[in-house]
Amino acid sequence: MKMSFSRIYGLFLRHFFLITRSFPRILDLIYWPSIQITLWGFISNFFATHSTYYNNAVGVILTCAILYDFLFRTSIGFNMLFLEEIWSRNFTNLFIAPMKISEIIVSLIFTALIRALIGLVPAVLLTSPLFGISLFDLGIHLFFLFLSLYIFGITLGILVSAGLLRFGPSFENIAWSTMFLLAPFGCIYYPIEILPDFFQKIAYLLPLVYIFEEARSILIEHNVNYQNILNAFYLNGIYLFAAISLFYYSFNKARKKGTLINIGE
Amino acid sequence: MENSLEVINLSKSYDLKVAVKKIDFKIKHNEIIGLLGPNGCGKTTTIGMILGLLKPTTGEIFINGMKIEENRINILQKINFISPYIELPKKLTVKQNLTVYAKLYSVKNINNRIEYLAEKLRLESFLNRVTGELSSGQKNRVSLAKALINDPSLLLLDEPTASLDPEIGDFVRTFLEDYKKEKKISFLLASHNMNEVTRLCSSILMMKEGTIIDRGRPQDLIKKHGRKNLEEVFLKLTRGENEL
Repeated sequence: MKMSFSRIYGLFLRHFFLITRSFPRILDLIYWPSIQITLWGFISNFFATHSTYYNNAVGVILTCAILYDFLFRTSIGFNMLFLEEIWSRNFTNLFIAPMKISEIIVSLIFTALIRALIGLVPAVLLTSPLFGISLFDLGIHLFFLFLSLYIFGITLGILVSAGLLRFGPSFENIAWSTMFLLAPFGCIYYPIEILPDFFQKIAYLLPLVYIFEEARSILIEHNVNYQNILNAFYLNGIYLFAAISLFYYSFNKARKKGTLINIGE
Repeated sequence: MENSLEVINLSKSYDLKVAVKKIDFKIKHNEIIGLLGPNGCGKTTTIGMILGLLKPTTGEIFINGMKIEENRINILQKINFISPYIELPKKLTVKQNLTVYAKLYSVKNINNRIEYLAEKLRLESFLNRVTGELSSGQKNRVSLAKALINDPSLLLLDEPTASLDPEIGDFVRTFLEDYKKEKKISFLLASHNMNEVTRLCSSILMMKEGTIIDRGRPQDLIKKHGRKNLEEVFLKLTRGENEL
């Protein structure tokens, strides 16, 4: 049976109404990325003038900070959409509506992108007048890096939501900490060689390291390594497939264990 | 004519605890069945299984002749649920909430449906107000509108008038009676309000410790157990034969 656009749009609309009805919510979406980018902008300026590694590439740190923030917002955004249903005690209403799991996932994936962009676009616009840096220096490859980060962000969001389905609201703290756990292995602000050997092996299992290595390669060495981009997409495909499978598994487990009822009340 | 709901040999166990033990019952079209029993007797678990939120350990559930485990999405399209323990998003207006659920249930002519329900349930004056700011009586009617947005053929109600004042409670009961007459739909009503059950239900299922311990028409049960009203029958059955 095919997916229903009406139902996907319906769930999107629920979150769209929520965001657009509340100015503090919009402000909250914009505020943190802007603060984050401003802070990293000044740090970036400092390193650009005091570091031999970065001295020819003003804005490398800032660009990586923006990319990481996009990943962070996408992942947290997906989790927030799911948590919102639990906090508002609307969870049962959603799961007794005739929505397929695939429709819920597609709707939340799309809504998470909108949420992330609401925060990211003003932050990106800040970088040019404040620090004289344009993210578009990455060229057409910027699109692939963003796409890759977006896929990994929603993959993490789906994994955490699967945990929420399986274990209930007690899993909420994990939702907030996932990105912080992975950040050291992502080599966001430093090359992978900085990591100890064993950590490097773990880092190479994540798409993040290929994405950020590629960003640095383009900005510092002006060299495009397509293998990095492909590696990131391969790994993303594997993790996304695993995350969606786990979400279905968690839904079936939750139906057996009664978690869907316990979460909803 | 096929039944609206048919439950056959239904059980649910969690590890060592048995929540529902081999229950059977049917609801015919245009019939209201009451599901009574003390807290923890398995009413919510039974409703959860009918709604597809819980997977039965054994047994089968047929809704309009279709098996829930095999036709979950199709069945959910034609049933709905109201409970005071679940809410609609508080920050959305009443109309936004109803629009969202109309989309989720793929309702055609959404505005007409909302207008119809708003008139029937007296929602017009607060359609554009934020749901979280409404009184409990108003919220209850909005939840009822959401539960009827898809024009269900089977509606499950879990204590639909709990915490409502007598006037609003009576309005809801009268509305349910009128709506049943007009739309010929079936209800499964779980309630602790014995007057409500006596008034609305043509038949009652009495549950205790996961099983159905008695069933029948309210007046027949009162007569059978030699009590004055349904509340006394409830107490007799749930406390034990010689008490009261």
